Amino acid sequence: MNAPQTPHALHFMPSAGFRARAKDVVENPFLRQSFRGAMDFLMSKRAAQFPDPEELESLRRLGERIRQYNLAKLPDLLVQLESNLTRNGIQVHWAETPEEANAIILGICQKHSAKLMVKGKSMVSEEIELNHAAEAAGIGALESDMGEYIVQLAHEKPSHIIMPAIHKTKEQIAKLFHENVPGVDYTDNVDALIQIGRNVLRQKFLEADIGLSGVNFAVAETGTLCLVENEGNGRMCTTAPPVHIAITGIEKIVEKLEHVPPLLSLLTRSATGQNISTYFNMISSPRKPGEKDGPGEVHLVLLDNGRSQAYADEQLRKTLQCIRCGACMNHCPVYTRIGGHAYGTTYPGPIGKIISPHMLGLEATANMATASSLCGACGEVCPVKIPIPELLIRLREESFTAPHANPTMRGQGAGHNARISAIWRAWSAIYASPALYRAASWLASRFRWLTPRRQAGWTSVRTPLQPAPKRLRDLIKERP
Amino acid sequence: MHSRSAYPTDVYFFATCVVDQFFPGAGMDAITLLERQGIRVHFPEEQTCCGQPAYTSGFPDEARKVAALQLSLFPNDWPVVVPSGSCAGMMKHHYPTLFADDPARKAAAEKLSARVYELTQFLVDVLNFKPEDCGSDCTVVLHTSCSARREMGVHVTGRKLIGDLAKVKLAQQDHESECCGFGGTFSVKQPEISAAMVEDKVKALKATGAERVVSADCGCLMNILGHAAWKDQQEGRKTPSLPGEHIATFLLRRTAKENTQ
Amino acid sequence: MSARDRILAKLKATAPESAGDLPDVGGWYADHRTQESTADKAKRFRHFIELAHAEVYSVSRGGWLQKLYEVLSAKQIDKLLVAPGTVHGARAQSDLPPLGIACPGYDTPIENWKPAMFNDTPAGFTAARGAIAETGTLILWPNADEPRLMSLVPPVHIVLLDAANIYNTFHEAMQTEGWQDGLPTNSLLISGPSKTADIQQTLAYGAHGPKELVVLMIEENV
Ligand code: SF4
Repeated sequence: MNAPQTPHALHFMPSAGFRARAKDVVENPFLRQSFRGAMDFLMSKRAAQFPDPEELESLRRLGERIRQYNLAKLPDLLVQLESNLTRNGIQVHWAETPEEANAIILGICQKHSAKLMVKGKSMVSEEIELNHAAEAAGIGALESDMGEYIVQLAHEKPSHIIMPAIHKTKEQIAKLFHENVPGVDYTDNVDALIQIGRNVLRQKFLEADIGLSGVNFAVAETGTLCLVENEGNGRMCTTAPPVHIAITGIEKIVEKLEHVPPLLSLLTRSATGQNISTYFNMISSPRKPGEKDGPGEVHLVLLDNGRSQAYADEQLRKTLQCIRCGACMNHCPVYTRIGGHAYGTTYPGPIGKIISPHMLGLEATANMATASSLCGACGEVCPVKIPIPELLIRLREESFTAPHANPTMRGQGAGHNARISAIWRAWSAIYASPALYRAASWLASRFRWLTPRRQAGWTSVRTPLQPAPKRLRDLIKERP
Repeated sequence: MHSRSAYPTDVYFFATCVVDQFFPGAGMDAITLLERQGIRVHFPEEQTCCGQPAYTSGFPDEARKVAALQLSLFPNDWPVVVPSGSCAGMMKHHYPTLFADDPARKAAAEKLSARVYELTQFLVDVLNFKPEDCGSDCTVVLHTSCSARREMGVHVTGRKLIGDLAKVKLAQQDHESECCGFGGTFSVKQPEISAAMVEDKVKALKATGAERVVSADCGCLMNILGHAAWKDQQEGRKTPSLPGEHIATFLLRRTAKENTQ
Repeated sequence: MSARDRILAKLKATAPESAGDLPDVGGWYADHRTQESTADKAKRFRHFIELAHAEVYSVSRGGWLQKLYEVLSAKQIDKLLVAPGTVHGARAQSDLPPLGIACPGYDTPIENWKPAMFNDTPAGFTAARGAIAETGTLILWPNADEPRLMSLVPPVHIVLLDAANIYNTFHEAMQTEGWQDGLPTNSLLISGPSKTADIQQTLAYGAHGPKELVVLMIEENV
């Protein structure tokens, strides 16, 4: 099969150029079909996990409640988590920005004269672009999740938060391995490809000085880091090397251990349609005296990077309920059409649209919120009931309203356009006045032949809109 | 709330700006359909638009001004029937939040919210309307708007009405619940993605072989029929490959005794 | 001010006044999950873990060693990593070598033999602390006697499970055992052999952890 290459190898390219990138994908029938197939697969797997709509709804309500409860107590819980982790021997670090987080992680690496860091899947490490920073510091950072490994070999970024290499075909991966892994013959047998990855990475787990991981849930009452995965690379990264560094956003915290089972169940069922992941790995301390393996040092880096901005606003705070299941992406008709890379941000899809503006500022993400028909499919499946469409409307408002003093968000007003605002003001004046509306709609129907034949955006694939010769109000008057 | 036991005598009809200006026939048919059920239909002359275009585009102040006008148009405690899921959804679910900082209007919005009905929802849930089919055999396909489905939760009522028609077969399109790509200003702001969505939607509808598409939302119809007609033009077809109409028009024709179609 | 203090100050300044009542997690489970008999839990456990590609054998309390030997023979494995400090590990170490299966013990820190663990250890044998019926999940609490890598690095992982220790749900397991009062260095839920679907959504086993997971389940009426 002649699979075209994905249009762009990504670095950081938010917002600007979004339309052009989206267009490239939309006009590529091969990519269109492959995204559609992949999303159909994930949607049907999720649906099979939730046969009972009543139970699903009640579990989502519980999930929402748990997340909101824990967010409401967030500052206290962070302190509690820190003190329990410290008591357990895990070292806690705080970072406000990606730069600070990278400095902390690389500082630990340098203290251990580390040459190689193996990484478990961590979207937060993508968010801070740790791999670039490590490379610049002369430390090898190797992705070990199969999908992430593939994407790294191809010098790309993940196009999906759960399935990083979902945009790649096995033929492309076969070629990639053949060309980049020494001594590997071309094969597009999936088992053989996985075996190749396994062999390469095993050696690295054995050699690595540092293991890096993300965190799915941090439990305050016990001081425990929980990781969800299927492959075992997360366990490798957190067990085999002498030092383990975990990184997480400050929001991923629960007070009680018993908050974990419902969230875990929602997460794996919504994400990949599994009733549970292969591994659920709970880490509460470094190696204790007498224990024969496990890292002697465990660190946790808590990252803000704009989360506290979302936190400050009651409505925007709901963004932080997210458990990163990716279901909103799988069900999004826009994501399905354009894939993850077009967004240009670490987190693509609906969750990307609502979280990225806090990380990058509205000035860098102003157009993202408009890339939604507000169909509501994301909000309908979100396991913790984040009202994503409402948040998108709010972000449009934050972006388009003229800049004002004391903005809630960085980059407020970045999408403001005086002409567009004037059009809406005029629209509002007409539609808020029965007389003006009557006059305007009468003129529009009376002079319908004047309606332009080319209507921006609309007529590229549709016939022009034209008012009817008579309005409903005219027809009503004419009734016998 | 209006229960089935209290059969209404009067209703307000909120046509929506799209129906008033672009689909007046659908509006008339909806009114006639309601009147045939023995109901007096009142059309407040001052009505314009629910305000949704500005609201979803991120201009809540502009939306609020327009919404405030509509809020004042329904003084009696009658149901307000709207032949569009998305405009009904706006009035029912977003008016109360829109006026969150204006206690008097907020109270009015909440009161209004409780008596707003989407047309098919009103026909089924309130009137218990069971259309008697007077037409001949045909197959149609139903497109339900995203707001009707997810915001109003009324995707079942359109389906039920068509299901009640003895000689109408309802075809099932692929990816039925997926958005058609309209999304108001979305279709203009992101024309490429919107185009891809409507293209897929029209393909799926056509693939059912149904003779027409029926929908309770004129926004979706504008988009779907507009693309189908454009495609026909591109490919030099003279007769529409996918005709379509508002569900009110379809129901009225099927239930008209004099009609033998 | 440190980054810590600045972050906490920002959050404190904007946190809601009250979080409301604790979420009623127990209530949800009481309403939505039933308590099953040991036999039914064993059945459910087996169903789900087999769906996830694990092999399960029912064994009697005295018969597990025989089954362990049969499984190893069938897979042509002649070397099994065991935990000599455990009852089951010691038993395997004393009984299997005469039958031609070498049983090295994990009795020295990993630093002393890491390459051998990664390159020359075909199978590992551990016990499970318990299991979860709802999802077909093994609960392991590795410790000084039975360390963490035993269930991860060898390509075949064989687990001894007593069916009497199967819980209905994860929630029930942690509540009954009081996990909130203290967790070990590492606690694990394992629900099948390692797998991935990262290449074109095609499921493949043995991504990084064990390619095969074998459960010897002790049941009373076997
Ligand atoms: S927003 Fe909801 S659906 Fe999307 S990734 Fe987060 S939790 Fe999942």
